[in-house]
Amino acid sequence: MPIVWLIILVLAIGSVGFVLGRQKALSTAGGDSRNLHSLPVYYGSNVFMKSIVPAFLVMLLWLIVQPLVVQNQVSGMIPASEIAEGSNIGLVMSEVRRTAEGLDNAVASGAMDEDMARNARAELTDITQRLRDAGQVVTSQITQTVLAASQQYRISMARGATWMAIVVALVGLAGAVWGYAQAHKGFRARNIVEQGVMAILVAAASIAILTTIGIVFSLIFNTFEFFRLYPASEFFFLLEWAPSFSGRGGASSLGILPLLWGTLYISLVALLVAVPIGLFAAIYLSEYASPAVRSFAKPMLEVLAGIPTIVYGLFALLTVGPLLMNVFGPDSVGWMQGQRSVLTAGLVMGIMLIPFVSSLSDDIINAVPQAMRDGSYGLGATRSETIKQVVLPAALPGIVGAVLLAASRAIGETMIVVLGAGAAARLSLNPFEAMTTVTAKIVSQLTGDSDFASPEALVAFALGMSLFIITLGLNVFALYIVRKYREQYE
Amino acid sequence: MTDASMDSAAPKRRFVSLTAEDDRTRKRNAAEKRFRMYGIVAIAIGLFFLVSLVYAILSQGLPAFKQAVVKIEYTLTQEQYDDAESKLLKTAVYTDNFVAYLSEEMNARGIEVEFDAAAIERLLGKVGGDLRAFYGENEDMVGQPVTFELAAASRVDRYLKGTFEREDLQEGNRFFMAEDFDLIDAMQEAGFISQAFNWNFITGVDSGVDNPGGAGIGASVLGSFFMMLVVLFLALPIGVAASIYLEEFAPKNRFTDFIEVNISNLAAVPSIVFGILGLAVFIQFAHLPQSAPLVGGLVLTLMTLPTIIISTRASLKAVPPSIRDAALGVGASKMQSVFHHVLPLAMPGILTGTIIGLAQALGETAPLLLIGMVGFISRYPDTFLAGFLEPNSAMPAQIYNWAARSDAVFTEKAWGGIIILLVFLLTMNIIAIILRRRFERRW
Repeated sequence: MPIVWLIILVLAIGSVGFVLGRQKALSTAGGDSRNLHSLPVYYGSNVFMKSIVPAFLVMLLWLIVQPLVVQNQVSGMIPASEIAEGSNIGLVMSEVRRTAEGLDNAVASGAMDEDMARNARAELTDITQRLRDAGQVVTSQITQTVLAASQQYRISMARGATWMAIVVALVGLAGAVWGYAQAHKGFRARNIVEQGVMAILVAAASIAILTTIGIVFSLIFNTFEFFRLYPASEFFFLLEWAPSFSGRGGASSLGILPLLWGTLYISLVALLVAVPIGLFAAIYLSEYASPAVRSFAKPMLEVLAGIPTIVYGLFALLTVGPLLMNVFGPDSVGWMQGQRSVLTAGLVMGIMLIPFVSSLSDDIINAVPQAMRDGSYGLGATRSETIKQVVLPAALPGIVGAVLLAASRAIGETMIVVLGAGAAARLSLNPFEAMTTVTAKIVSQLTGDSDFASPEALVAFALGMSLFIITLGLNVFALYIVRKYREQYE
Repeated sequence: MTDASMDSAAPKRRFVSLTAEDDRTRKRNAAEKRFRMYGIVAIAIGLFFLVSLVYAILSQGLPAFKQAVVKIEYTLTQEQYDDAESKLLKTAVYTDNFVAYLSEEMNARGIEVEFDAAAIERLLGKVGGDLRAFYGENEDMVGQPVTFELAAASRVDRYLKGTFEREDLQEGNRFFMAEDFDLIDAMQEAGFISQAFNWNFITGVDSGVDNPGGAGIGASVLGSFFMMLVVLFLALPIGVAASIYLEEFAPKNRFTDFIEVNISNLAAVPSIVFGILGLAVFIQFAHLPQSAPLVGGLVLTLMTLPTIIISTRASLKAVPPSIRDAALGVGASKMQSVFHHVLPLAMPGILTGTIIGLAQALGETAPLLLIGMVGFISRYPDTFLAGFLEPNSAMPAQIYNWAARSDAVFTEKAWGGIIILLVFLLTMNIIAIILRRRFERRW
C-alpha cells in the first residue's frame, strides 16, 4: 500500500515541522513564551498545517486526475476496429483495467515476473493462463491490443504513482519550510491556525450540501440515461410493470403506476393502524396519565421506534403473515391466497409508525397553552370535551404535520415491504392480495443479475428519483405546517 | 317590567339537587369515560404489539442458540488406528470403526437398532474426518477413552425441538431418511444425545443450503463492526465540526440557511435513497470495491450525519452563554472558548447522540442491499485492512439473507441473529442512557 506509506510520510514531515517550528518560535522569543504573540503550540500547528494540507490536496487531485489522463492516453491505443459488435470503448477499457490489475496480482503472487508483465511480445495464451492461475477472473480471451494497452496502462499508472509520491513529498516539505520560516515571535500564528480550523469547520458543514448534490446528481444522470433507453411517457403512464428477465430490454413494460399504487395503498393501511392508536395514546399520555404511567408507557412505546426495520420485516413475513393466513386464508374464509399481502405489510408498518405518530403528537399537544384548557374547564366542559373541542383543533396543524411525516416514512420504508408485501405489481383494491412498492422494486432491480446499463437496472434510479421527490415534498410540506403552527404560541 | 317578563317566559323549573346526575350529565360523563377508555386501549394495543414482537423474537430465536450434540465416550485402539492409517480411504475406516463401536454400545444397553455409516453421516456429518483430525493432532490419545461431542445435523436438532415431525419428511430427501428417526430415538434412549450451547452460531460463518445448521453470524458481526468503525471515525468528527460551525460561528446568511435546510431534509430522506447514492457515487463513479464494509460505512456515515449534527447542536446549545462569556473575558479567542470550554462540557451529550446514531446505523439494511453486502460470505477477513476492503456482510443483511432462504433452519437462524442484533442495540442504548445520567449537567 504505497499510498498509506505516503500518507505516513507526509504526516511525519508535518510532525517534525511541528516540533521544529515550536522550538524556533520559542528561541526567537528568548525561551520565554510571554514574548510570543501566540502560544507556542500555535507556531507548531502552523507548520504542521502548512505542510500537510497542501500535500494532501495535491494527492487527492492527483488521484482523481491521473486515471482520467492515463485512460485517455491508453484508449487512444485501441483502434475502432478492435471494438466488437455490441460493445463500446468503455467495456474494452474496463477489460484493459482488469487485465492490468491481473498483471499486478500475478506479479505480486509470483506467478509472473516483472519483465514478463512488461514484455509486449509475450505469448497471449501463456499470459491468460498465468492470470487465471493467479486467481484473476479474465472474461474472454485477451487480444493482443488489449494486452498491449493494459501493459501501457500499468506502466503509466506505476510511473504516475512514483511521480505523485515525489511531488506530494516535495509539496509537504516546501510547506513545512514555509511555515518554519514564518515562526518568529511577532508572527500571528494563532490567527492563521484559527482560520485554518475555521475552513475545516465550514468544509464539514458543507458535506450536507455535497450529500444532497450527490444524491440529486446520481439520480438525475441515471434517470436521464434511463429515459434515453425507455420512453418517459410509458414510465409515467403505463399501467403495467413487467420487466423482462433477460436484462436486454425490448419486451419490458416499466410503468410506475402499479408500484405507486402499491406504495400508497400499503402506506394508507399503515396510517389507518398507526394514526388512531398513536393519536389516542398521545392524548391519553399527555392529558390523563399519571406521571408514573407516563414515565413507563412513553419509553415503552418508543422502543418500537428503535427496533430495526429488518426485525419488522421478519415479523411480517414469519409471524403476522401466517397469522393472517389462519384468519383469512383458504382454511377459513378464503380471502387470502398467500402470506404476503398489502394487509401484512401495512399492519406491521403501522406498528412501526405508532411511536412516530404518538411522540410527535404528544409534543404538539403539550405545546398547547394550559390557559386554553383552563378557560374551557372554567366554562364547565369535561376533560374529553376540552380535548375534542379546544386542544385538538388548536393542535390540528401540528398533528397533520406529524401524520404527513409518518406518511413519508411509510412511503420510503423498504425492508418491511421487501419481506412482507410480495413481488407482483398489481392495480387492485383487494387488501389481501400481494402488491409491491417502489422501494421493493428498487431493491429487486438493482440486486439482480441484470446488466447495469440496461433499462431494467436503470429504472431503479428513475424510481428512486420519484421516491425522493415525493418524500421530499411531503417533508417540506409537513415541516412548513408544523413551523407555521408553532409560531402561533411561542 | 322584569317581573312581568319573568312570569311569562320562564318555564317551570324542576328543582333537583346539584349532586344528582341528570340525563345529560350522565351522557357527558359516559362520553368522558369512553374517551379515556380509547386512550387506555390505544396504549394497551401498542404495548401488546411490543410484547408480541418480543415474544415472537424470543420464542423463535432462542432455539438457534441451542444445538443437539451426541456425547459419547469413544476409544480407538492402537490396532484400529494403524489399520485405518494404512488404508486408502482412511476416513471411511474411521467412520466404520465408530459405527461398529456405537452399535456395540447400544446393544450393551439393550437397544436394538440397525444403522450404517451413511445414516451416521446423515445425522452427525463427516464423523470419520472429525475423528481422524482429532487423532492426527493428539496421537497420544489413541487407546485411551475420549469423550467426543459431535454436533448433530440440523434436522436432528429440529426433530428433537419438535419442529420437524415424521410426517414432514418428504419423499426422496437425500439428507434424511425415515429410518433415521428410529436411530435418533434409540440414541436418545441410550442417553447419547444432549443439548449444548451453539457457539458455532455466534463465532461461525455463513454456510450453504446443504448445511443450514452450521451457519453462524460471526463474520457478519465483524462486517458490521468494521462499518461502525468507519461511521464512528468519519461521522463523529465531521458531525461535531459541522455542528460547531453552525451553532457557534455561522453568520445568518443564505449559505448557512441552505446548509440547515439540507440537513433537516437529509434526516428525512428514505434510507434506500442513500443506498442509490452509494451505488452511483462510491461504486460506479469512484470504483471503490463492491460489497466492502468501507463503502457500507461511508453510506451509513452520510445517513447518520444529520442525526449526529442535530443532537450535537442540541447539546452545544445547552451549554450556557456565561461559560463562553467567562472564557472570552479572560482573553481567550472565540475558537479557544469553544474548543477549550464549550466542547468538553457538551461532550457527554455529543457522545450520547453519537451512540444513538450508531445504533440506528447498525440496524439499517436497505442501503446495504444496494451496495451488494448480501453476498455469501464463508470466511473471515485475513487482516485488519482486509476487513474494510474485502467483501463482507453485515448483521441485518445476513439476517435478511437467511430470511430469504426457504428453509426452516435458516428462519430460526434469522430470528437468532435478530436476538444478537438487538443485544448489541440494547447495549449501545444502555451505554447512552448511563452516559446521559452520569455526566449530564443541568445548568
